[in-house]
Amino acid sequence: MHDATLKTLSDALAARKLSSVEATELFLGRIRTLNGRYNCFITVDEDRSLAQAKEADAARAAGRAEPLTGIPIAQKDIFCAKGWLTTCASKMLSNFVSPYDAHVVERFNRAGAVIIGKTNMDEFAMGSSNETSWYGPVRNPWDTDRVPGGSSGGSAAALAARLVPAATGTDTGGSIRQPCALTGTCGLKPTYGLVSRYGMIAFASSLDQGGPMARTAEDLALMLNTMVGFDLRDSTSLDRPVEDYMSDLQQSVRGLRIGLPREFFAEGLQPDVAKVVEAAVAQYKALGCKITEVALPNMGLSVPVYYVLAPAEASSNLARFDGVRYGYRTPQYRDLNEMYEKTRAEGFGAEVKRRILIGTYVLSHGYYDAYYIRAQKVRRLIAEDFARAFEKCDVIMGPTSPTTAFKLGEKAADPLQMYLSDIYTIAVNLAGLPGMSIPCGFDTQGLPVGLQIIGNYFREAQMLNVAHQYQLATDWHSRVPPHI
Amino acid sequence: MALIRDDVKRAARLARIAVNEAEADEVLEQLVRIFGMIEDMRAVDVAAVEPMAHAQNLALRLRDDVITESDQRELFQSVAPRVENGLYLVPKVIE
Repeated sequence: MHDATLKTLSDALAARKLSSVEATELFLGRIRTLNGRYNCFITVDEDRSLAQAKEADAARAAGRAEPLTGIPIAQKDIFCAKGWLTTCASKMLSNFVSPYDAHVVERFNRAGAVIIGKTNMDEFAMGSSNETSWYGPVRNPWDTDRVPGGSSGGSAAALAARLVPAATGTDTGGSIRQPCALTGTCGLKPTYGLVSRYGMIAFASSLDQGGPMARTAEDLALMLNTMVGFDLRDSTSLDRPVEDYMSDLQQSVRGLRIGLPREFFAEGLQPDVAKVVEAAVAQYKALGCKITEVALPNMGLSVPVYYVLAPAEASSNLARFDGVRYGYRTPQYRDLNEMYEKTRAEGFGAEVKRRILIGTYVLSHGYYDAYYIRAQKVRRLIAEDFARAFEKCDVIMGPTSPTTAFKLGEKAADPLQMYLSDIYTIAVNLAGLPGMSIPCGFDTQGLPVGLQIIGNYFREAQMLNVAHQYQLATDWHSRVPPHI
Repeated sequence: MALIRDDVKRAARLARIAVNEAEADEVLEQLVRIFGMIEDMRAVDVAAVEPMAHAQNLALRLRDDVITESDQRELFQSVAPRVENGLYLVPKVIE
């Protein structure tokens, strides 16, 4: 049962073959036994989860059940959940019990889902390996000497280890897609503005987007139906007609035009990853899709642009952590300034401080135009590249990450190398487009490879259809790591 | 625009993060490499390009000037490091 998909569990709950309390106890038990091996969770609160499960069973008995009622879902520890410790994997928030729910959490609660725990992540979502967490690194279930990717590494590893059937993530530069690729799981970053950022601890506000993580495209669609929705409390939340992301899953992909950007297959790509992704594209060809080459000439500039814009926004967003209203405060200080400086020096980890300093520098007097404004201009060029590419194709495909899971510690000392693991995902955030990753095979060492599918704005239903049809024809998504 | 240690210390002061000399040197070394990568942006001509702040071309929404939030001061202050009589306590600012 722990290997069941969200859809299967949902059907079993609806058929009364399983209660929410039973499902919740099953996954809590697995977490109890296996979390020590992977460190996927920062907080588990069995009583709280079981109380929600009982409510879900009561709601079902009263005939008030929805597809997610009673389903245990892990929340990335970046989402505020009322009464739950919400740390963002930082010492700075290590004592922060949230007094309110994020919009996403509110929607899952309203749908009757059960919060099964809060997942580990890179501190403030800044990282691609989960090694920047104050709560220690997450280990990849496919090989515990390797990273699960990041920043949503706890959610991804929990899915791969079958500790949960579904989880949430957030993606600022690849933080849903890259860990999904490295753990053989599925994740979708929606179009910017579809999922409310209210209560999702801010990193880079013009790029941050929450999204679903699961083991099949169908499960992602089920979750997205609950996660998407207009919210007045997020100034960039979009007021659009409600869509059913399940509705297009069964459509044929015959005639679909797939664009392959040559920039995605250039140097830096691990050769066996390239091979596996090419085989996935060949599978789509066999399903009747048309393959065409497209160009994204400015894509190579996406990492430089991102490392100006994201730190700039982060330095502003993280100014709020000052030890006054909530969170960590240094125990000893002589005056207000020293209290701020020591609180922030002790409360933030090295990567977070590095990005705050980069951001402060590029926004400071004399450098603003040279860095920040120039980066915003190149950002537009990158977005325009995608617009031109989508004149020639319906979806864009390529690898999610240039490599498979790397060893713990391998890139931790070299920020630049770490930043390059998001080389194929960052441009999608800069443009605000939806992107997803699904498993499509293994490298020569048996580590999972992710296929990235990028859609045009608001084409999530089409992307999910494209992914679902592939998963009907292949079984990469149902492969289980050894020793699970 | 070669970065020097004083730039790091100035940014740290602006960001209210205490750094000692050794930390400043270490951060400087990493920042020099990161800014080396960032310099690649200079390769393109952006003279005629409008800056893009984010993906949606939105105007900020306006709302009626009425109170929509309830008073939750006690709840919010329950997670504060130090409070007294409904006020957040910080070291004295004015001597």
